[in-house]
Amino acid sequence: MRKVGIAGGGITKFTKSDISIESLMVSAVKPVFDSIPDLSQGDIDAVLTSTNANNKYLANIVSELSGISPKIAHSVESLCNSGTNCIVSAYAYISSGLADTALIIGSEKADSPGLVLEWDKSRGQYKHPIYWSSMFTSAHMRKFGTTLEDLAYVGAKNHRNALDNPYALFENAYSIEDIMQSKHLTENVRLLDCSMPCNGSAAILLASEDHIKKICDQPVWITGIGQKAISAGFTRNEDLSSMKSTIISAADAYKMSKKTHNDIDVAELHDAFSICEIIELEDLGLTRKGEGGSYVRRLHETDDRKINPRGGLIGSGHPLGATGIAQTIEIFQQLQGKAEKRQVDGAKTGLVHNMSAAATSSTVLILEQ
Amino acid sequence: MNKFEQELKNNNFTCSECKKCDKLVWPPSDFCNKCFGDVMWRPLSRTAKLVEFSRKNGEYFCIAEFEDQIRIMGTIENVENLQVGQTLNLIKCDYDGKEKFIFRSIR
Ligand SMILES: [Zn+2]
Repeated sequence: MRKVGIAGGGITKFTKSDISIESLMVSAVKPVFDSIPDLSQGDIDAVLTSTNANNKYLANIVSELSGISPKIAHSVESLCNSGTNCIVSAYAYISSGLADTALIIGSEKADSPGLVLEWDKSRGQYKHPIYWSSMFTSAHMRKFGTTLEDLAYVGAKNHRNALDNPYALFENAYSIEDIMQSKHLTENVRLLDCSMPCNGSAAILLASEDHIKKICDQPVWITGIGQKAISAGFTRNEDLSSMKSTIISAADAYKMSKKTHNDIDVAELHDAFSICEIIELEDLGLTRKGEGGSYVRRLHETDDRKINPRGGLIGSGHPLGATGIAQTIEIFQQLQGKAEKRQVDGAKTGLVHNMSAAATSSTVLILEQ
Repeated sequence: MNKFEQELKNNNFTCSECKKCDKLVWPPSDFCNKCFGDVMWRPLSRTAKLVEFSRKNGEYFCIAEFEDQIRIMGTIENVENLQVGQTLNLIKCDYDGKEKFIFRSIR
């Protein structure tokens, strides 16, 4: 297998304003080309699009609108995890030698059809994601004594981090008090525990080791990948205080990269709801089981940006198909030392965690300088 | 409506079961997810185990487990002293575009 690196990324401000999915996609391609002066359209072998939008033939449409005639063009959809799944597909094309370069573009609109998985009969009348998140929260509270205040620290930290992310949907800080007093959607999920659907777009360029040297003097390497799909239906995840697909993905990614949780300097985690960050910290081995809540408190109180430095999904907004790509761009910038006010000093190894539909599937990427 | 939804609307909670290997196939499907054999439909037990629950305003919702394997989300009508692991009775199921399951707690 050939080495695969990240050569550049482009991202646009996450908003609620109305814009077509095609324009959203091209708007993120532009900053990729702007940031890599030696890149021309003729260099792109594969264009992959990541979205839950129902539009057809988007990879070809966006290629044409960007003046690219790639060998490979298609879309990847797997709900919230689409972006990271798309990156893994591109990785496979490059490492196998089918492509030297791949441009991955993820975009979503706020009214995405990917927000609720209507197919899942096991959810009964409780199809909306707040209900599965409430079940995870109940289970973690019961087993480990996690509190509503612990959950509030996730939102307070991520909203504060998002203040230094120029592309974030949210531009205000929220105190622990604000979050504790925000509207209860269920007894243990409040409005400010939730990520918000929005319009957003992010694009990233991957290339083979030989090719990347021609266009980028500071590439970041993808050295570990783990993916697992347990099911589509929510209730297959037996232990509700844990995410089985995340545990398996993390083990595979650490093994492939020959790294452990101790090597991770900075991480992007899929905090669709605040309970998710707490469980994922534990399941990725970044803290001990049951200690996710106190770990987040310590991060917030010491202004430590290690986890979700761009503000996570809660602070940045969650345009499904763009999320995994935006997460990966953040770690790319962190490892290049170019994350500005969000920079975690001396970050050499980073982790991206993304998942879909109540963690029925997960992806973990390890990135290195 | 498919067979599963039609039966649910008649207050029958049925599931597909493989004619070849006897496996209960959930979610309902026309093929066995172990051997791809043909399935038939059979009623499930009306008692379930309470796996987890929470509340939205006054309404309690839960995950309940049938026959030690099939987990679905539904509503609990009487809610005093609910305990994870306790038995629930499925008192009504329905289908109106979404599957509906209503339980009562048995103590
Ligand atoms: Zn069978």
